[in-house]
Amino acid sequence: MVSNYRGYRPPQGMVSWALHRLAGLGVLVFLLLHIVDIFAVGYGPEAFNELLFIYRHPVFRVGELILVAGLYYHALNGVRIILVDFWSQGWKYERQMFQAVIALFLLTFIPTALLMLRPLF
Amino acid sequence: MVQIRTDRGSDRASAATGAQRRPAVPRVGRERPNSGNFELYSWYFFRISGLLLILLAITHVVIMHVVNTVDEIDFDFVADRWSSPFWRSFDWLMLVLALLHGLNGARIAIDDYVRPRGWRIFAYSVLWSVAIIFLIIGSIAIVTFNPAAAVGR
Ligand code: HEM
Repeated sequence: MVSNYRGYRPPQGMVSWALHRLAGLGVLVFLLLHIVDIFAVGYGPEAFNELLFIYRHPVFRVGELILVAGLYYHALNGVRIILVDFWSQGWKYERQMFQAVIALFLLTFIPTALLMLRPLF
Repeated sequence: MVQIRTDRGSDRASAATGAQRRPAVPRVGRERPNSGNFELYSWYFFRISGLLLILLAITHVVIMHVVNTVDEIDFDFVADRWSSPFWRSFDWLMLVLALLHGLNGARIAIDDYVRPRGWRIFAYSVLWSVAIIFLIIGSIAIVTFNPAAAVGR
């Protein structure tokens, strides 16, 4: 006999919401860092180019991938939120649209990541 | 084997007044605030700036991280791009929209997590200060950049 018990599960919509918030705040933290480094451009080539070692460091290359992944997910899921808000039929398809967000994310992020990693190949 | 009926239970308990029971529709984002105040503008601003940021931020990522890579980007690269008023305007619009959209999101997160009054006042003060300072230094960087003067430094 198959039990109906399904263990602890996040309520519907919670995972998409938590990822949306995490990605948004993560991109924001990077944006603040990025404004500081771009401010250094005004101090000339020596100052700015010297700073760029941060972005070329392998650890940051991984961070760069995570950043782009966060932005892609947040942008796609943002469109889903807007559709639910403004399209009168949207609420019926929240689940399907979340599945579409995941599919589109994989479809866009994987080629992007491969291109970003091309110096490795 | 223990069986727990997941299709009733808690739903029943919360449905004390059957007629008022909400339909089982999951919500995403925030429901549109129904009064014409700051929260309503904030709600619309999230959505309008979000749509514009798809164009701005995704284009930026594709140019800076996919077509080029961080290996190619240096002072000369930036100077070259900012010789065009189009890209300066593009970058400035993106700066303003992303900062306000992102910090407005941080405001909502503070609202959710920081409860004690003193800490809330502190967190909001930091938030607004960051907004003002970063809008100013970001704008200075983009608007006043002059390669000739910078090289001479
Ligand atoms: C690329 C296009 C983007 C779209 C379509 C988009 C869309 C959205 C939407 C619809 C919301 C929900 C607002 C609400 O709950 O009422 C939101 C929240 C948020 N966004 Fe964006 N956004 C984008 C880019 C960004 C960027 C670049 C940042 C960071 C700088 C960012 C940071 C945030 C944050 C922190 C929140 C608040 C999350 C929360 O309250 O849980 N977003 N975004």
